[in-house]
Amino acid sequence: MKPLLAIDGVSKSYPGVKANADVRFNVDFGEIHALLGENGAGKSTLVKMIYGLVRPDEGTMRLAGDDYAPAGPVAARAQGVAMVFQHFSLFEALTVAENIALGMADPPPRRALSQQIREISTEYGLPLEPERLVGDLSVGTRQRVEIVRCLLQSPRLLIMDEPTSVLTPQEVEQLFGTLRKLRKEGVSILYISHKLDEIRQLCDHATILRGGRVVATCTPAQETARSIAGMMIGQDLAAPSQRSFQPGDVALSLRGLSLPSEGTFGVALRDISFDLRAGEILGIAGVAGNGQDELLLALSGERRVARGMIRLNGRAIGDRGPNTRRRAGLLAAPEERLGHAAAPAMSLWENAFLTGRVRLILAGGGFLRKAMIQGFTKRVVGDFDVRTPGIETRAGALSGGNLQKFVIGREVLQSPAVLVVNQPTWGVDARAAAQIRASLQDLASAGAGVIVISQDLDELMEISDAFSVLANGRLSPPRPALGLDIEAIGRMMGGAFDVEPAEAARASA
Amino acid sequence: MLRLEPRPNSSALVEMLTPVVAVALTMLAGGILFAVLGKDPIVAIDTIFIAPLFDPFSRSELLIKATPLILIALGLSFGFRAGIWNIGAEGQYVMGGIAGSAVALAFWNVEGIWLLPLMALAGILGGALWAMIPAILKTRFNANEILVSLMLVYVATLFLSAMVSGPLRDPQGFNFPQSRLFHDSARLPLLLENSRVHVGVLVALLAVAVAQVLLTRHLFGFNVKLLGEAPRAAAFSGVSVKRMTVVCLALSGGLAGLAGLFEVAGPVGQLQLSLPVGYGFTAIIVAFLGRLSPIGILLAGLVMALTYIGGETAQFALGIPKAAISVFQGLFLFFLLAADLMTRYRIARIRREAR
Repeated sequence: MKPLLAIDGVSKSYPGVKANADVRFNVDFGEIHALLGENGAGKSTLVKMIYGLVRPDEGTMRLAGDDYAPAGPVAARAQGVAMVFQHFSLFEALTVAENIALGMADPPPRRALSQQIREISTEYGLPLEPERLVGDLSVGTRQRVEIVRCLLQSPRLLIMDEPTSVLTPQEVEQLFGTLRKLRKEGVSILYISHKLDEIRQLCDHATILRGGRVVATCTPAQETARSIAGMMIGQDLAAPSQRSFQPGDVALSLRGLSLPSEGTFGVALRDISFDLRAGEILGIAGVAGNGQDELLLALSGERRVARGMIRLNGRAIGDRGPNTRRRAGLLAAPEERLGHAAAPAMSLWENAFLTGRVRLILAGGGFLRKAMIQGFTKRVVGDFDVRTPGIETRAGALSGGNLQKFVIGREVLQSPAVLVVNQPTWGVDARAAAQIRASLQDLASAGAGVIVISQDLDELMEISDAFSVLANGRLSPPRPALGLDIEAIGRMMGGAFDVEPAEAARASA
Repeated sequence: MLRLEPRPNSSALVEMLTPVVAVALTMLAGGILFAVLGKDPIVAIDTIFIAPLFDPFSRSELLIKATPLILIALGLSFGFRAGIWNIGAEGQYVMGGIAGSAVALAFWNVEGIWLLPLMALAGILGGALWAMIPAILKTRFNANEILVSLMLVYVATLFLSAMVSGPLRDPQGFNFPQSRLFHDSARLPLLLENSRVHVGVLVALLAVAVAQVLLTRHLFGFNVKLLGEAPRAAAFSGVSVKRMTVVCLALSGGLAGLAGLFEVAGPVGQLQLSLPVGYGFTAIIVAFLGRLSPIGILLAGLVMALTYIGGETAQFALGIPKAAISVFQGLFLFFLLAADLMTRYRIARIRREAR
């Protein structure tokens, strides 16, 4: 039998990079096919070509035996290829139905469309209310909107880019149910993910890319996560070392930290209290949009709270700005790499100066100490294996993983007393993620307190000494990470601990 | 249908060349304009752009005209980089002129080398304080600084007319709306014999050098660039938007005020109703023509001054209407922005996609 999609010798070059070279693989009818690779391995370019966003330089693609060379996404969709992106393109101020209608060539009348949305979404176990505002929906539900939008076009091939990075374990199970049902109906799915366990559970075949080339194919169920990771990065993954944790004095303490929400779609932080000891790694889990960004802003000093709500080594600093906190030893690395943690259009050394100035005294009398800044930048680049042509390179030109290593390295090398990081390995390839985690552990071993806010439970279980969940702006009391199972955590994340409905929260605020 | 597409790679060289392209296109379009008006375009362009460069008097006038443009544009460029839009430099220029004149007249016929520095200080303060009105309204009530600063231009102009026909009017001036002529201690020293070139020219050059250092070597310049480039990263870095708004507006207002003082204490020699001639607005073009960089502003200020000088010559030599100069400067900004856009984007035809 012919495959649904046959990729034959496809290549694509950009100035200076060969994004894909002679890529060949097939996606059969009714299979879930994994596309694996580190960041920069060429997965996104390949997928963009299949979805018609980019034209291949060489090679051919065939869809169900016919020549397939889509001129654009509209043409790709017309031939039955649909895609759910990692970053959603939804308007928060519009309803679910309105958002879906916007993506359609000629949408049916609103009432008929709402009916269709209800039918399809219940049929595939993705319940949606067409009249809800997207801004009020959780990230997981927003993803359903994107999926239902695709299903309405009855696709033959559905491309999913890192779909589970934003979901709770329960939501992941639900999504897998949907995908398996689609497979049974003969829909093929091209599934991109970093999470090897998921791929082993879900996918029938896997194609592994490295440096733009296909380096291996496998049947994931017959492999271990470690062996697949080995194929991806071309060398075996170092086993995480068991860290013996010796608690020191309380380094950071939060008492009843509350922060009103900013804007319509923000989350209010409510009554957050915990103690972080020197040498301890506190993992804070939770689905994005539950106050993670707000907690980071409150700790970094970008948003101020009452003085006594935050104490660093006993000193009350809740009302102080970012630079006073840096001087005192409280450093932070925000989630959004481009535009928040780093200025994309500025050079690496300028970005090193951005947070390193105060603690490393990189300016004297207001004048930049260029040699010292450059020395510090080179240390970050060298120690954290940041792949860059040089320190004059714009931050925006680095790949996600490299920039993330830079951002984390910049803070770690300032020897903080406490470091707060938000989603440190989001969208980062396996090797970079492992390096980042190791550096955070080393930092804690050296006696710093570390707070890791992450959606990746495996990551948190691997490195945390204490564990806590942020849901709807409230933080569960930290518990020792040892002995917690992922099932229990998932229930906590889904809101099993003390979550008020949104209306009650607003009334009490 | 046509649409704009981002160009994959725009080079630094091309970005440096766009102002030159804009100058060439302005000459071309200007030439067509003059031809339509029935003037010989070659002669007109030569009169405006080329001839002044070969005449010693015009050359010195060029420096005098360029001085206020450069000073004001330098001040504006910091705010523009940071995304703080002071459009009211003209008003700050007027208030600086009034404040400096008030000091000169208060010490009328008092000799002393301290008088000019005092006047300069008053000029700077006059402009900076006037710019504090949009700054405070912005930081306290989030009022749009573009509208507030622009509207205050008209308030400042009316205040000037109240001053020259009231408290600062020349007592022996037959009720003409102007002040006494300043005495020598209140006049800027001249640099060249037989010209009006004054020390303000040197101050403008010094300001260019200081601005260059601030922008490339100093924390203030870094923060300005950071705030314009990535506001959230700036907040993360500890830059206070409110403080930057106040500082940038004070800086641009102060330099505009100083430019106003130089005008009254330099070429004019008294406070007149005709003080505002649009330098504050033209300086906006100069700032962008100079790519918001100090050296670029220096060159752009000279080019813009050329259109003033050449335009004046063209008025009496060729009978070209005065408005033609404004049209010229407008064309300049238009072509600059267009050339800028075309370096970053290209025009593509939209293909009808198959459904």
